[in-house]
Amino acid sequence: MRGRVLVVDDDTALAEMLGIVLRGEGFEPVFCADGSGALEAFRSTRPDLVLLDLMLPGRDGIEVCRMIRSESGVPIVMLTAKSDTVDVVLGLESGADDYVVKPFKPKELVARVRARLRRSDEPAPEQLDIGDLTIDVAGHSVRRDGQVIPLTPLEFDLLVALARKPWQVFTREVLLEQVWGYRHAADTRLVNVHVQRLRSKIERDPEKPEIVITVRGVGYKAGPA
Amino acid sequence: MSVPPAGTPPAGLAAQPSVGSGGPRWWERTRRFCRRWWRRRGAVTRLLRRRWRRSLQIRVVATTVLLGLVVVFAVGNFLLAQIGSGLVDSRRKAAENEGASLFQTATKFVRGYANSDPGQMATDLVLTLQGPPDSPLRLVILLAPQSAKGPVPVQNRASPAVPAGVVATIIPPALRQQVNRDQNHQSSTNIRYPKADDLGGPTVPAVAVGSMIDLGPSAGGNYELYFIYRLDREVQILELVQQTFLIGGALLVLLVGAVAFVVTRQVVAPVRQAASTAEELASGHLDRRMKVRGDDDLARLGRAFNEMAESLERQIHRLEELSRVQRQFVSDVSHELRTPLTTIRMAGEVMYEARSSFEPALARSAELLQAQLDRFELLLSDLLEVSRFDAGAAVLEAEPVDVREVVSRVVDGLGPLAERRGCPVLTRLPLVPCLAEIDPRRVERIVRNLVGNAIEHGESQPVEILVAADALAVAVSVRDHGVGLHEDELSLVFNRFWRADPARARSTGGTGLGLAIALEDAHLHEGWLDVWGRPGKGACFRLTLPRRAGIVLTASPLPLVPDDAGPAWARTPWSGDGRPGPAALPLPPELTDADGHLGPGGVA
Repeated sequence: MRGRVLVVDDDTALAEMLGIVLRGEGFEPVFCADGSGALEAFRSTRPDLVLLDLMLPGRDGIEVCRMIRSESGVPIVMLTAKSDTVDVVLGLESGADDYVVKPFKPKELVARVRARLRRSDEPAPEQLDIGDLTIDVAGHSVRRDGQVIPLTPLEFDLLVALARKPWQVFTREVLLEQVWGYRHAADTRLVNVHVQRLRSKIERDPEKPEIVITVRGVGYKAGPA
Repeated sequence: MSVPPAGTPPAGLAAQPSVGSGGPRWWERTRRFCRRWWRRRGAVTRLLRRRWRRSLQIRVVATTVLLGLVVVFAVGNFLLAQIGSGLVDSRRKAAENEGASLFQTATKFVRGYANSDPGQMATDLVLTLQGPPDSPLRLVILLAPQSAKGPVPVQNRASPAVPAGVVATIIPPALRQQVNRDQNHQSSTNIRYPKADDLGGPTVPAVAVGSMIDLGPSAGGNYELYFIYRLDREVQILELVQQTFLIGGALLVLLVGAVAFVVTRQVVAPVRQAASTAEELASGHLDRRMKVRGDDDLARLGRAFNEMAESLERQIHRLEELSRVQRQFVSDVSHELRTPLTTIRMAGEVMYEARSSFEPALARSAELLQAQLDRFELLLSDLLEVSRFDAGAAVLEAEPVDVREVVSRVVDGLGPLAERRGCPVLTRLPLVPCLAEIDPRRVERIVRNLVGNAIEHGESQPVEILVAADALAVAVSVRDHGVGLHEDELSLVFNRFWRADPARARSTGGTGLGLAIALEDAHLHEGWLDVWGRPGKGACFRLTLPRRAGIVLTASPLPLVPDDAGPAWARTPWSGDGRPGPAALPLPPELTDADGHLGPGGVA
């Protein structure tokens, strides 16, 4: 699996090291050392994934993340030195799909990158109906009344995972494993933030969700309560 | 069949309850009101007592009024008594003077009397002495002397105004004896005289003046002659004075009460203002100040108070600033340290992966580097966590979580370690979910720490994990059967960097901060983390968390001291707070089921 990875990090040593590791795993890294040039680098290199440091000179990583997200659904994995929830949630809310807390192990990073790049090869034509939404799994599109709702690949995966088994309640743990590829993790923030983002796009009233329902104390499920 | 005409009121109207049944409406209402208050008298008494206790002003006014009443009553009584006796004395003196001249008049009258009938003479004498017949100035009584033996020519005579029944008895025997003994002088005394003809009725004070009078030989010599002066006027004066005193006293007491009210108000108002300002300060409004007017003692109180508030505000802002700086510093250090550490870690990993192609010394170095990087990283993250607690920057992110799942996840995650140590981990979970509003990340960290410690110190003996819940709390206990803990070690296990056995502990890794962080995490949940241990018997850690924020723990669903702990004296548990563990107290048997768990209704 080859993939172009844009590394946005101001620490040259870390960036170089990331390059070595990624190259060793068969990826093609490209680099950008500051926030203000990040968007340009993104446009010129068209990467398959962005590794983004949250603390950047020039422009804040959060803002870079928001700008990339505004023009592309490309997977974004944040590199963050802070595991404080505020920072993590802020990053996720600005559009990152996943995050890795420094100091991370190379294997951990590679696993995260792989999970984000893993797309089922040529999925069988499959159509799912949930609520008033129609999901074309192969075509990666979600429609309501014929109108396409733009979702990032991660949000799409999350919705498909829930919609494939309507009525089944998914714990956050199961969702983390199915959608993010984690094992034995309990990072509820990741799930919570992305469910919120997904709801803000697909629900008629995100305050009163009808498609992705919270099951208190357990997790989420698709379909009416 | 006749239909009633339209104007006739329906028969039912007559049956309507009349308004006045059982008394007028206001009376009914008053009675109901009184009855209601009587039913609530306990509450009313409590309210009054509370008011009394809480209000300085009410207390001061009430005691002042009470003291005023006592003083006014005493002074009034004293004055009334003085005035009364003064009035009576002066009247008596006047009566005596008048009496003296009247006796002379009487003697002259007897000498000059022409008629020889002694009875007629006595009647005329009495009528003459009493003054004008329609408005007698005095009452006159003529009595046969006590010394007389047998019938005397003149029967008892009295003014017509004197009721017949009292003529013989109204003069007290003491006065009569006095008159009989000292025949040449007049005597007097105070008596009570019936107010009206009704003899049993009320009386008025009166003065009786008496003396012997010689009615001449035909009448048989000496008779007792008495004048009675009723003191009606004096009584009226006294009553008027009394009324005046009552009104004056009441006004005076009211005035005293009002003065006390005003004065205490002047003093209490600033005190109350200070109290409310202090309350506002305490609740976080640090910019609140008292209004200060003038230059008196109260103004000084206000100024001192405001100065105190000022300095408090400064201190708190300084501490807040310090805390903010500290948090920022921790955050910066965290970031600055972590970025190079990431690079080192990745470089180490790359070398470690390639170690098979290195010569032995280099390969071993790569391994050591790798292992120590793990430790360094652990230590760094624990240190940052501790400093976050110290800075008060740790926040609880509570959500409803099934504690059984947290425990299962930890046990799964630690499976490889347990396997390496040859240490079986036995988990007993309830069949029903144990939901609690907790921060899953922190609770998982606590449980991972406890189970990890148990496996590391368990000496390959089984580690037992129990989970239980009741209405208020969930609990997890982790028991190992390793070397155990000394009693004096129980209080130390939660200390930072404390190690059970300094000589051997390094090999087991761990940062020495795990339990300290676990305790902080438990406290953040308002929960308990207790430990029990005994040399050779292993140790038992118990985590108890309230099911919701705001619940104050009083008991844990799980016992801390295991059944095989031995005699009671060896059962001393220790809680991380330095208080004796609550599990040291045996639970009453009716509250626990067979396993010693609290029943659902067992918590008050």
